[in-house]
Amino acid sequence: MMSTSPPPDGSQADGSNNGSSGAATLLDVSGLSVSFPAGKQRTTVVRNVDLQVRQGETLAVVGESGSGKSVTALAITRLLDYAGGRLDAGMIAFRLRDGASLDLARAPQERMRQLRGPEIAMVFQEPMTSLNPVLRIGDQIAEAVMLHQGLGAAAAREEARRMLERVRIPDAARQLERYPFQLSGGMRQRVMIAMALSCRPRLLIADEPTTALDVTVQAQVLRLMRALQQEFGMSLLFITHDMGVVAEIADRVVVMRDGQVVEQGDVGTIFARPQQDYTRRLLAAVPVLGSLAGEKLPRPFPENGNEPPPQDTVDAAHKPVLEVDRLVTRFEVRRGLLGRSVGRIHAVEHVSFMVRPGETLGLVGESGCGKSTTGRSIIRLEQPEAGSIRLDGEDVSELAVDSEKRLRRAVQYVFQDPFASLDPRLTIGFSVAEPIRTHDLLPGHAVEARVEALLEQVGLGGGYSRRYPHELSGGQRQRVCIARALASEPRLIIADEAVAALDVSIRSQVVNLLMDLQRRLGVAYLFISHDMAVVERIAHRVAVMYLGQIVEIGPRDAVLGDPQHAYTRRLLAAVPIPDPARRGHERALDDSEVPSPMRRHDDPPEVAPLVRVGPDHYVARHRIGGLF
Amino acid sequence: MIAFLARRALGILPVLVCVSLFSFGFVRMLPGDPARLLAGPDATLQEVRAVRISLGLNKPLWRQYLTYIRQTLAGKLGTSARTGQPVAKVIGERFMPTFWLTVAAMAWSTVIGVALGVLAGVRRGRWQDQTSMVLAVSGISFPAFWLGLLLIDLFSVRLHWLPTGGEEGWRSFILPSFTLGVAVAAVMARFTRSAFVEVAGEDYVRTARMKGVPERRVIWKHTFRNALIPVITMAGLQFGFLLGGSIVIETVFAWPGLGRLLVDSVNYRDYPVIQAEILLFSLEFVLINLLVDVLYAVVNPEIRLQ
Repeated sequence: MMSTSPPPDGSQADGSNNGSSGAATLLDVSGLSVSFPAGKQRTTVVRNVDLQVRQGETLAVVGESGSGKSVTALAITRLLDYAGGRLDAGMIAFRLRDGASLDLARAPQERMRQLRGPEIAMVFQEPMTSLNPVLRIGDQIAEAVMLHQGLGAAAAREEARRMLERVRIPDAARQLERYPFQLSGGMRQRVMIAMALSCRPRLLIADEPTTALDVTVQAQVLRLMRALQQEFGMSLLFITHDMGVVAEIADRVVVMRDGQVVEQGDVGTIFARPQQDYTRRLLAAVPVLGSLAGEKLPRPFPENGNEPPPQDTVDAAHKPVLEVDRLVTRFEVRRGLLGRSVGRIHAVEHVSFMVRPGETLGLVGESGCGKSTTGRSIIRLEQPEAGSIRLDGEDVSELAVDSEKRLRRAVQYVFQDPFASLDPRLTIGFSVAEPIRTHDLLPGHAVEARVEALLEQVGLGGGYSRRYPHELSGGQRQRVCIARALASEPRLIIADEAVAALDVSIRSQVVNLLMDLQRRLGVAYLFISHDMAVVERIAHRVAVMYLGQIVEIGPRDAVLGDPQHAYTRRLLAAVPIPDPARRGHERALDDSEVPSPMRRHDDPPEVAPLVRVGPDHYVARHRIGGLF
Repeated sequence: MIAFLARRALGILPVLVCVSLFSFGFVRMLPGDPARLLAGPDATLQEVRAVRISLGLNKPLWRQYLTYIRQTLAGKLGTSARTGQPVAKVIGERFMPTFWLTVAAMAWSTVIGVALGVLAGVRRGRWQDQTSMVLAVSGISFPAFWLGLLLIDLFSVRLHWLPTGGEEGWRSFILPSFTLGVAVAAVMARFTRSAFVEVAGEDYVRTARMKGVPERRVIWKHTFRNALIPVITMAGLQFGFLLGGSIVIETVFAWPGLGRLLVDSVNYRDYPVIQAEILLFSLEFVLINLLVDVLYAVVNPEIRLQ
């Protein structure tokens, strides 16, 4: 992986197995190097990158964070100039509509401005922040149309409406008048796509366009992008870290690492016969939903090519560590002149489950389904309205001082964002020692040794305790958070999207660490996640949440392998499968949005006990949210 | 939008009660006999007694407060101990000169401050940025009385273009309002710059560039409007301060405004006037804050529609 230029097989070698090989090259990047200022020096973040995009094809650029994939896109669009970066070397040859070739690396900004929109358009990762909050949706789309197609305001608006219909936004005419904050993330990303496509670009660059979206919404958006690509006959440069998404959408793949191209080839070859070690490792780290089908027990991710044995850690003889019975947490929604309550958000509605010692219960669902509120209600970061919580058989729902203290010690939490959950001004050692001191678990002189032992346990031996969070990577920080959670010797750890912010290779390591700790310490996990493939690896049992209720709960193999609830099936169908050979199985997807969990006071949701459908396997048979 | 305004207007009611309590309590919290204080240092015994009865100082406090509210609402603020004129008249005469001076100063500071701030924000790190910020620091550090005197020396004494002081015609506004506006402009420039730089890094500005929007439009339509929000708060606060009247500027330019009235009243212990000025300044701030809220709603649809 030195700076040798990779084999240009993108243009020659795979000509035999790619249908679009005859098409002309639209974009030809060669020898691209980009640097950013770092103090007095410059850091090169993209080094000698070559890649080509042909007319009508989809090229996926994959890599982990820091691989330079987004910077490459910024360089092609020359938005790089505004981000403080500098193009040090290379050519970016782009074939214009009239057939002439233009080197974008050397084009003046004014020329680039004319190309942005009608020739090259881009969709960004963050739909929540990529639209201007003070301008109407319609005006934001019409702006591009007026600029590049010379249409008047009325005609541009009409075109904006047509574009919204093209991206399947219901009731398009009314949506034109709305502001971004009034739309959901999925709808905003559709607006971004409509905006990008409104000038009929010949190259669409999509930078992690579905990463911030829920899996069912991701599936809708991916399908939409594929359909529109064919409709408009454009080329797509798709940047992602997700091999599942690559398998869904790409014709060819470029794998990047540390600013360099590691390997490129057509999608079938990359997945079936990866040439480079890094590509193989990347693919091996990708959790594949269904890889434990038919197995009853969890099994860690393979390490160094070896499949580890299954883990049997559940202690069924003892009573459960945690029993949650008909837990209810609602939030009042106040509006109007006097802040009158107009309704309630039913975040957690009659949720019941239990976790045994040494067991992992996976709590899955999409954003807003109430899975995090459930976790937070258990340790009373939110105040539940009703229901009981029993810890080792003892009721801790009443807020007595000693029961709260017991609760805080016996149940620990690991949050999603390892960057935000450590105090930047305190040493790692101090943060890990804090629970020990708070609960007076050890005499002062013994704390230091215990902290070292805890850090050792999470794979951070030797001198980490004196460091500060900013010196650590994301994965290391999450290990610190786990060590801190272990410090009070908890019976249960609630891991709330604890691996979601990590790169795939790090993610599998942290999941394996959690499983290893469970094997050695017998700790139980409530593993809250939206990632079904990770849950399959770690969970003994799975609970699926939808609109504040558990719709299905049971043994992992039963729930994921033989889902009984329509919503579980829909969720599973939306998970991208990292295998291009299995693409195109047209799955039952619809463009409907999840209804709001907010309801009027006189319209409470229907709740009913779950119905047993198999051993330890229960399903909701009443109507939830009108859909199921 | 109407519900929003109504809610905001309702919200200032408790503030108004606090303001009235404070203004009412002002004289009563001072050591000594409030009737003697309000009647003025040269009042005779009869006059003091008349004041005591007219203010009902022999009645319980809550009755006094209600009387005070009723009289204040009716515009009866008492009599100036210094001139014997009604306080409402004294303040009314001084309010308009200060108000117009403030408006003119805000015009200067908004135009100069926002222009320099945007220039510095757009050309961040280059000479335009550095020059603007040097000017801004100078504007804050430069003593207003000295700048005023320098300007008088140049434009009035040497060039005879503008009057040295007093309030006669629009020409007399130019020097005092500019002098007053310079310090505010400096603060506004720094504020605008930082707001602008922050917004310029937002994702939606990048989106606008990616649409091929010309740079001028990226700056004014997509960046500026969002950067305005903190600037409006700042401008509102400054406006409130200036409305209190600037003692220094009004003294240098012999301006018949509230600032000098306050100094004179304090020197003379003219408590009825001081009391009324406290009420006035507080009301000004309350109203300006309401105005700022309305402007927020105009700029930001999320506030308006929720």
